[in-house]
Order: sequence, then C-alpha cells, then structure tokens
Amino acid sequence: MNLMSWGMFPKIEADTFAFTNKKALQNHLKTVGECIAYGNGRSYGDSALSHHLITTRAHRCFLDFDEHHGILHVECGVLLSEILEVIVPRGWFLKVTPGTKLITVGGAIASDVHGKNHHMEGCFSASVLEYNLMLPSGKVILCSHTKNKKYFYATCGGMGLTGIILDAKISLKKISTTTIEQTTVKTANLQETFDAFEQYSQTPYSVAWIDSQAQGAALGRSLLMCGDFSTKGSLHYTKKKRINIPKNFPSSLLSSWSVTLFNRLYYNRFTQNITTEEVDIDTFFYPLDAIENWNRIYGKEGFTQYQFILPKAHSFDGLHAILTAIAASGKGSFLAVLKLYGKTNKNYLSFPMEGYSLALDFKIEPGLFELLDSLDALVLKYGGRIYLSKDVRVSKTVFEQGYEQITRFRALRKEHKMDKTFHSLQSKRLEL
Amino acid sequence: MNTVLIIGAKSDIATALAHAYAKNHSNLMLAARKVETLQNVARDLHIRYRVEVTLHELDITDTISHRTFYESLTPKPQGVIIASGYMCEQKIAQQSLEKTLETINVNFTGAVSLLNTIANDFEARQSGFIVGISSVAGDRGRATNYIYGAAKAGFSTYLSGLRNRLYESNVHVMSVKPGFVHTKMTAKMTLPAILTADPHEVAEDILNAQQRGVNVLYSKWIWRYIMGIITCIPESLFKKMHL
Repeated sequence: MNLMSWGMFPKIEADTFAFTNKKALQNHLKTVGECIAYGNGRSYGDSALSHHLITTRAHRCFLDFDEHHGILHVECGVLLSEILEVIVPRGWFLKVTPGTKLITVGGAIASDVHGKNHHMEGCFSASVLEYNLMLPSGKVILCSHTKNKKYFYATCGGMGLTGIILDAKISLKKISTTTIEQTTVKTANLQETFDAFEQYSQTPYSVAWIDSQAQGAALGRSLLMCGDFSTKGSLHYTKKKRINIPKNFPSSLLSSWSVTLFNRLYYNRFTQNITTEEVDIDTFFYPLDAIENWNRIYGKEGFTQYQFILPKAHSFDGLHAILTAIAASGKGSFLAVLKLYGKTNKNYLSFPMEGYSLALDFKIEPGLFELLDSLDALVLKYGGRIYLSKDVRVSKTVFEQGYEQITRFRALRKEHKMDKTFHSLQSKRLEL
Repeated sequence: MNTVLIIGAKSDIATALAHAYAKNHSNLMLAARKVETLQNVARDLHIRYRVEVTLHELDITDTISHRTFYESLTPKPQGVIIASGYMCEQKIAQQSLEKTLETINVNFTGAVSLLNTIANDFEARQSGFIVGISSVAGDRGRATNYIYGAAKAGFSTYLSGLRNRLYESNVHVMSVKPGFVHTKMTAKMTLPAILTADPHEVAEDILNAQQRGVNVLYSKWIWRYIMGIITCIPESLFKKMHL
C-alpha cells in the first residue's frame, strides 16, 4: 500500500496491520521486525512512516465518560474531532488541543502536542491521566504521572518509539459556552510582536500569524490572535461543510510573489490595531480543518513544516536572524506561526520549552533543504531545537544538540529492546 | 424512542449502521455470534449518542433457535436490519460443499428463517420496517462469485416477495444492494476507488432511504446503472465474458 504523511513527502510503499485485539497485536510484534504505529496520518514528516505500519484507526471506541468530573477514557484511534462532537454539547472541552482536530489520541500523546494555551496549560500530556502501553514483549503496562513514570516521560513525545498506546484516560476542561471572544492585535515589527505577547500573557489562548516575507523595518510584523471562552452564549456545536481541495495544485502557484501578495493582503485585512470579535470553536481553534486536503496546495511534490523553538532569552535575536535569512532566500511560506510558550515539562523528547517557536510551511523544491540546514545552524546557535512531529530532514547532530534528555530515551529503548521493534524512517535517520 | 434490531452486528456495515441509527436517536439491539466481543462497541454507542444498546447472542445458521431468540426480545423492535453475510472465495467454495452450504445458510436460509418469524409479528401489529442487505452480486451470476451471488439472489427475491406481502400491513421492506465496500470482507481485494464506498457512506444511504421508504437501494447509486447494463447483456454473449 502506498502511504504518506500530511506533508506528502516522502511517499513510501508499506504494509499495514490493523490488529483486532491485544492477542493479535502481541503475536504480530513477535514476528513483524521493525514497525511503527500509524494513526490518522497527520504528522507532517516521516515520524509515522515505516515499511511495516500498525494502524490504529479501527480502535475508536469511547470506553467511559464521567460527565460530572470531565474524565474521558477512549481507545487510541479515536480522533479529537470525534471527542469534541461528544463532549462539547455536554459542556466540556479538551484541556489542550493542537491546531487540527483530525488526529488520534494515540498520536496526540506520541507527539505530546500543544496548542494556543501552552503558556498556561502545557502539553497534551498534562491532560493525560493514564494510558496502557504495549511493550515489544507484548506486556501491557499502565503509565501515568505517578505509575511507570519513566515510560510515561519517554512515551509522551516519544513518537511511538516505546510501544503501542492502546487506550488513554484524559481530563477535560469545563466550558459554559462555545463562543470565543477573540482579540486581534496588529503589530508593525518584531519588537511590537514580542511586547504584545507579553501584554496578553494572561489570556488563555494566544498565537500570532507572522508575515515571513516582511523585511527591514517591518520584519516580524504580525497579527496576534488571542482569546478565551465567553461566559455569555450557549453550547452549540454543529458540523460545518468543508471545502475540499480535490487535486494537487500546480506547485508553480506558490512562488515568492504569490506568497508575498497573500501575506500583504492577509496582514492588511485588519485596518485597526486592535479588533475584537466573537467566533466559534472551529473558527478559533481549527481554521485549516475547514479546508479538506489543504496540503495539496503545495503541489504534488509535497511540503514540509519547519518548526523550531528558541529559549526566551535568545528568542528576539534568534528570530531576527532567522526571519532575515528566510526573507532573503525568497522561499515563501504563507502559514507562518509564532507563539510564546510556557515552561518545559519532564518528558524526554517533548518539543516545547519556555520561549518563542516559529513554524513555517515550505513546498519541497531544489535548494530547500540547504536553506533549512542553514536555518538549523542558527537555531543551534541560539540554543533552540526542532519539532519531530513536523520534521522530515533534520540531521542527527542538529537534533541531538537540541534534546538533552536523548541519552535517557535511548537507554530506555535499548533496555527494553524497543529499538529492535519500533522504528520509523525518522528514528532510523536520527538513530533514536 | 424507537428500537432497531441489527442482525450480524459485527460486520463493518452493521457497525456503521449502528452509529447512523444511534445518532438518529434509536435504541439498538445488536445480535451476533460471540456477541460479548461487542461490549466495547455497545458502550461506545451509549456514550456517544446517549442511546440504550443491548447485546443478543444469535447464530443466524441455527434456524431452530430463531423463534426463541425473537420471543426473548423486549420490547419488540420497531425495525430490523439483516446485515449478516458470508462470502467465501469462489474457487474455494466450488470445491467444498461445506463452504457452499455455509454461504447459502448464512446469506439465505438463516436470514429467511429469522425474517419469517419477525415478519409475522410485524404483520400482526401492522407496523415496522425490514431492511435486508443483499448484494449486487445477486443480480447476475458470474463465474467469479456465483455461489455467494446465488444465495444473495435468493435473498433479494425473498425480500421482494416479502415487500409485496407486507405492503398492505403498513410494514416497509427495503432491499439494499451494496456494490464494492471497504470492509473486512473485501480487505484483500483491490477495488476501484470510484466504485467503492466506505461503510459509513452505505450506512447513511440506508438510513436516508429507509426513512424515505425506498424499495430497492443500490449503494453507491451508480451500481443501479452498472447492474442495469450487466443484466441486459444477452446470455449468449455474457457466458463468454470475464467479469
């Protein structure tokens, strides 16, 4: 079967195994050789790609829902979108959600995803109470913040390399309406953007779209969007019609001029410095989910998302240098996202640290990886690191320098023979 | 709230139907062999849609048990969906009487036996609906799948007669003829994407059509025209073809 991830690069030939029950999975792990779990195929790069995949989408049962305390127990293949359909009308929301709801719970744990409220609530693992993990031996262990802690820290953000997550219990956030009061702050340059992030640091949700093409005095100009659930309104959650991109766009459509034009129009959509409006959950949290197959706009060669984070102390200088390098390269990205993060957690390979992260989409084209290599050098110079869930090309050296707990991760893998069973193209490249 | 009985509840189309009907506020009775394996599914449906879901052990080929099975159900369902089915590869089935009989017993004899009992009850109370999932394979016998096809053809004819009989008793009978569907049954086959439906698409088609009172539903809809053409081919030509 031909498979790919969200970035549509690389495309590989893989066989898939959808286990019917624990026993079948245990038997399969004994004989399969190297494999990796594959959920909804929404990580961008090669972290869920391998020639043998264990697919989890068939395991999509809700096992329990305590509606009084907001505790949900689901199987690994349940999508966040399915969870929202059930919990939102009953007054609950995910404590932590990424910018797409089309990912599985297993994937959310393996990537230890985060959202617009990272500065307040941390990563997805902070909302995870416990989960069952099947080790290469077939043994199933319960992992939580207090039980089998080592496994918990290694598995949250561990890119599926410690075992197969079978089911998980997560705690939810109480909401009384489905309306978000959103404030958009238009900033003229990077300093203003940083100031705005600090000024709105007490607002639960915040993220900025940054004009990656702006240069000179306008470098770093952004639209900071922040908000919180309104206290006025009702609980109302209906499925909206989605626009579909039926075919790959010609990749020539995305050139430096079209991206510059888009960015200019997008930035100037807002005429006032501060705009407030009321929006619904899907508009605020999942704008891109409204466009089915939006990854096709980058053309048939696919794209990659380059996401790095820098410690707060070096963020300004680092971002200044990196944005300058990107603008000078002429390679465009119209979905560039900047965010101020909160404290780092204990997980061995979780991406967030206290500081600023920038994420940019680039279509795959000649010269791109050279540019990204040069950006890697800047990221390292300023003490930062790269996000594995988005990555498809980073080198082992660059990766290792960003993640100081990598030795612990590797030791645990070795000790439990996880390195003999669980591998992705990414883990091979990075020798995880 | 009404209750719908789904026979053969472990099939992928049946699971999708359970979701569609539960979402539409129907309580469910799920019947299958080794039905305890559906405990998670039942709990899942209950949590997602706040409907009552009960599990009922049933072997569709054990015709002697059918009357007791139906009598044990309380309350009696408003509607029943027969989703049980068994397809054995033609090459194996034609070499094995056992497989041939199993194909006939699951797809035809068992379904008929159970529906006889249910139809009599629905007729007596003058209400209810019956949905039978047959197959496009029953519209014409082909070398590659005619034992399964023959059993489904028998089932389609049975449903047609039942529809005729129960019309005046206010009981609607719908025959469903799915074409290719991505399921466990077809997991090893390479299917043309444009002609192949996902189970949830078939389930939504069935729910909509049942509520509109459709008599014969093809899903995807294009199969009505494909089968229309295939059944028009003269036998003298058809016997030479490889379809």
